[in-house]
Amino acid sequence: MLTAKLIVRLFHSAAKIQRKRMVLTVTAIAWGTIAIILLLSFGEGLKRSMDQGRRGLGDSLVILWMGETEKAYAGLPAGRPIRLVPDDVELVLKSVPEIASASGEMHNWNVQLVNGRTALNKRVVGVHPAYGELRTSYPQAGGRYIDELDQRLKRRVVFLGNELARSLFGTEDVVGKTLLVADMPFTVIGVIQKKRQMGMYGGPDSDRATIPLSTFEAMFGRRYLSNFIYKPVADDLAPVAKRRLMEVLGAKYRFDPADTRALYFWDTIENTKVFTKMMIGIEIFLGVIGALTMIIGGVGVANIMFAAVTHRTREIGVQMALGARRLYITGAIVLESLALTFAGGVVGIGVGVTIVQILAALQERAKSEAMEFLGAPTISVPIAVTTVTLLGVIGLVAGYFPARRAVSVQPAEALRFE
Amino acid sequence: MFWNGKNGRNGAHDEGNGHALIELAGIRKVYDTGAIKVEALCGVDLAVAENEFLAIVGPSGSGKSTLMNIIGCLDTASEGSYRLHGEQVAGLTIDRLAEIRNRRVGFVFQNFNLLPQLTAYENVEMPLLFKGTPTRERRERVQHLFEQVGLADRMLHRPVELSGGQMQRVAIARALACEPAIILADEPTGNLDTTSGRDIIGMFEELWTRGHTMVLITHDPAIAARTRRVVRVQDGVVVSDEKAA
Repeated sequence: MLTAKLIVRLFHSAAKIQRKRMVLTVTAIAWGTIAIILLLSFGEGLKRSMDQGRRGLGDSLVILWMGETEKAYAGLPAGRPIRLVPDDVELVLKSVPEIASASGEMHNWNVQLVNGRTALNKRVVGVHPAYGELRTSYPQAGGRYIDELDQRLKRRVVFLGNELARSLFGTEDVVGKTLLVADMPFTVIGVIQKKRQMGMYGGPDSDRATIPLSTFEAMFGRRYLSNFIYKPVADDLAPVAKRRLMEVLGAKYRFDPADTRALYFWDTIENTKVFTKMMIGIEIFLGVIGALTMIIGGVGVANIMFAAVTHRTREIGVQMALGARRLYITGAIVLESLALTFAGGVVGIGVGVTIVQILAALQERAKSEAMEFLGAPTISVPIAVTTVTLLGVIGLVAGYFPARRAVSVQPAEALRFE
Repeated sequence: MFWNGKNGRNGAHDEGNGHALIELAGIRKVYDTGAIKVEALCGVDLAVAENEFLAIVGPSGSGKSTLMNIIGCLDTASEGSYRLHGEQVAGLTIDRLAEIRNRRVGFVFQNFNLLPQLTAYENVEMPLLFKGTPTRERRERVQHLFEQVGLADRMLHRPVELSGGQMQRVAIARALACEPAIILADEPTGNLDTTSGRDIIGMFEELWTRGHTMVLITHDPAIAARTRRVVRVQDGVVVSDEKAA
């Protein structure tokens, strides 16, 4: 076996002869590496940002609206409206073990909120205490969400969206202050943590006031829920949970559990699956673009290796005459190609990572919505693995073909080469 | 007799029993350049026994270099049979041919063919690396070879720092590295001054007396005269084969 030293020597002498071309080749590979790292890290950043935005609505959440029966059932005609009441939440939780958590929801989209001389007409929502968790509406430090006691005692407490708090009070530090909701004094118990919310119904969570459902019912004299939201025990149990829920409610309100118009479902779990596939698609797309850029660099490596092999034909002939097996000769050439590729790769990874970090730092300070949505570019382990694997494959392929050509000639022919 | 022993036996690798070491029969070599076909060898029969000292002579373009390439397994014949140590060479794999060149044949070229970026030591070491000789043994062997060719003080020099005669001696040391039975030399003195050339031929004679089979390609009658058998090649055929008195 050729010793490493020998290979390094041979490599070094080739490097001297073609230094300029080698620098260009290494640059091409470095450029390809930078491209793939940037593209993939932007993809990753976008994915994380979108994921975060998606979670803004709630994680593994199913939302349902009231509908009208489409099928006649049990002697009752089609076209009956189905209306759920707050007690149905308890019924569903008791009868469907696949549902982990649920909340009813009532909306009044035009309620006057008054603080001193500031008066705004905004959406007020009445909810069960579980709603906060389900809709990822977490209170800022110092505040709290609506709890069981609030619900049981019909307390006049209000949980505010951060934007709304700012519009009403000029600050988000408003816990304990009093707010008039439809002329009734309410105590502010918490303000929502800022969140990015991509999916929404009934306006963003940042611009609404939330009160206990019991208080809402009493104040506005409502009986029926506007929405019903729940979360299954596990994502893969979602279809079972949905079927059981339809059975339980169908039995109570006498509609066919297969009647798709009786209740409308918005299954964000399904959306997440589609979304995940879409993001994988985007990542593959970005990866392919990066890989193509890198392959152009690889063509450069193959080119310089072909030149090197031609240049060294006679030396290779001598080695063959002295009894070098094919593997020694091809091995040295492939190693050389890998060395060139990885030299470019190391430069590319270094520069790429630096650029990503600078951009991430800039993005953090940026205020524009678009930049926020794009997300901070992020380098992940799969990105690193993809990049290094691609480098390896390109190095191998770029070395293999010149190496194969080098050993394809008879030693006598190689020795004659001038 | 050695030189017409082509009808001798086959198979046995038995060395030193007087049977032919190199057996060529009906060797033809055609270079096909597409448009024209050049026949470099047109039916060569030749047998060389163990420990012969032979010169292949002929004018340029006669096919003597082609013949040497075939004998040294650097090229394959288009037609005919070549047995080396009784082993049929045609159809052997590339790696097996490499092994044969490594173990059984030592090459000495007109232009030395030392690798310029390696030291003299590393050049001589190379066949041993290919053979897989352990480090310690390799070091001793290379050291010994340099002493043998009288260049122990030049081991760490690069080829460019050596004179032609010295380079050819390094090449001889390299050819001897794996103790091959056959030394093939293609115009070994062609690029040397008379004195160095004479030294080199002297070394070949010494190697011959130590049991190596020496095959020289030359067009220099003075050198051919120093050998014990002269095979004359012309237009791709052997025209005469004379054993020295």
